[in-house]
Amino acid sequence: MALTVRIPGPLRRLTNGSAEVAVEGTTVQEALQNLDTSYPGFRDRLYDDQGKLRQFINIYVNDSDIRFGDGLETKVVEGEEISIVPAVAGGADPPLSMPASMPTEPNTGMLQTTA
Amino acid sequence: MPSSRDLLDDARRVIPEVTPEQVRSQNGARILIDVRERDEFEQGYISGAVHVSKGHIETRIEDAVPDRDTPITLYCAGGTRSLLAARAIRELGYTDVQSMSGGFNGWKQAGFDFAMPAALTPEQKIRYSRHLLIPEIGDEGQRKLLDAKVLLIGAGGLGTPAAQYLAAAGVGTIGFVDFDVVDLSNLQRQILHTEDRIGMRKTESARIALQALNSDVVVREHNEMLNSDNAREIFEQYDIIVNGCDNFPTRYLANDVALFTKKPLIDGGIFRFEGQLTTVLPFASPCYRCRYPLPPPPEEAPSCAEAGVLGVLPGVIGVLQAVETIKLITGIGEPLAGRLLHFDALAMKFREFRVPRDPQCPVCGENPTITAPIDYAGFCAAPLGRATEAVGAGEAVHA
Repeated sequence: MALTVRIPGPLRRLTNGSAEVAVEGTTVQEALQNLDTSYPGFRDRLYDDQGKLRQFINIYVNDSDIRFGDGLETKVVEGEEISIVPAVAGGADPPLSMPASMPTEPNTGMLQTTA
Repeated sequence: MPSSRDLLDDARRVIPEVTPEQVRSQNGARILIDVRERDEFEQGYISGAVHVSKGHIETRIEDAVPDRDTPITLYCAGGTRSLLAARAIRELGYTDVQSMSGGFNGWKQAGFDFAMPAALTPEQKIRYSRHLLIPEIGDEGQRKLLDAKVLLIGAGGLGTPAAQYLAAAGVGTIGFVDFDVVDLSNLQRQILHTEDRIGMRKTESARIALQALNSDVVVREHNEMLNSDNAREIFEQYDIIVNGCDNFPTRYLANDVALFTKKPLIDGGIFRFEGQLTTVLPFASPCYRCRYPLPPPPEEAPSCAEAGVLGVLPGVIGVLQAVETIKLITGIGEPLAGRLLHFDALAMKFREFRVPRDPQCPVCGENPTITAPIDYAGFCAAPLGRATEAVGAGEAVHA
């Protein structure tokens, strides 16, 4: 059952730059497992420590968000498209776009509002 | 067959009537809707009133007032049409609808002030002639644009192209909230700024550019950091919020405060060659939290690790934000609500994803737990484990 998985820009280094890859699977979970087997690294980016899909990443089957369907158990059939759509901060200035380097001091530049 | 008197008596049984004096003392606490015909409205109206003629009330009320629990007072010329219109929208589920007895005539007889819509000047008729030719916009739509107040969060990659078209379109008041100064590296995409304004505050540089383009436009500078303390007060001054920020704390802050103040939010985000766009109609369509309940934890921020953006990409998304804004102001077309538009510049493909409202949403769900601005820096910096536990429990994110 060949499916297409659409890879978002931030994760394309895991697929050697490919924007879409073909995987097999009958559920979203299976498809994403196979994706991780073919392109290791996806599991850590998509799931949290408890193995749940991260809340800042949306998975769509065609145009529907699986959170509002059967979640990872959502069935997929040949030819369908799975899209991984993470939240994007919107910025081009990385030091200001996330508080990564300043978790304890949420002040300077944090809320800079320039895309 | 019921007579018209029967119909009115029926309506009076369910619709409270208030006097012009009472309406005046409400002092803006309720949305005031003028249901007369356009030509009557143009002869004068109660200041602050929104015009939706009785003939269109059922089809346009949801755009004018998305939240069905909003207190609404209707008026017409004498108090009859507004009574019937009030009953019609009550049947659509609006819970708090009044009709003003005596109508606009009663208001004038009481000696209260009223406003006159500004007619387009001969110069404006030339400047906006290509708008005036479109039946969907025309004279009425152009005046709505001139009366509109739009806030842009960020005078950067998204905000500047959006603002350029909004100013060209004659949006009468454009506000920028940004505390940054123009840098040489901004000019690759932030098209309102120029080499000779490097070092200048972005809000000022943007104001100079927009006023050179269109002197009809008033530009307000909010040269400060948008935060939990000032956001509500700033948002209250505008009709529509256009979000072009570059970080998650501001994105969640803008979403929440747009909902608290019931202002439509046009949200745009970019990453390298990709852009996202959606329109949030408060409590009528899904919000940003319905889509992304939690931000990425700092160590996982996908947009942080690999930076950069194709300069024209925010231009595409910013201009689409301007399109959405103009549609909302003029009340035409289908807003991008409940839908996420995704643009992939490399593939040159637009995709659309459906986004439902989340009944568990902590801000716009059935049992909201976040009803005032929180500590967004803390929320976005929360370690993964704690952030995960905080799902659906708004108070937990204060910790």
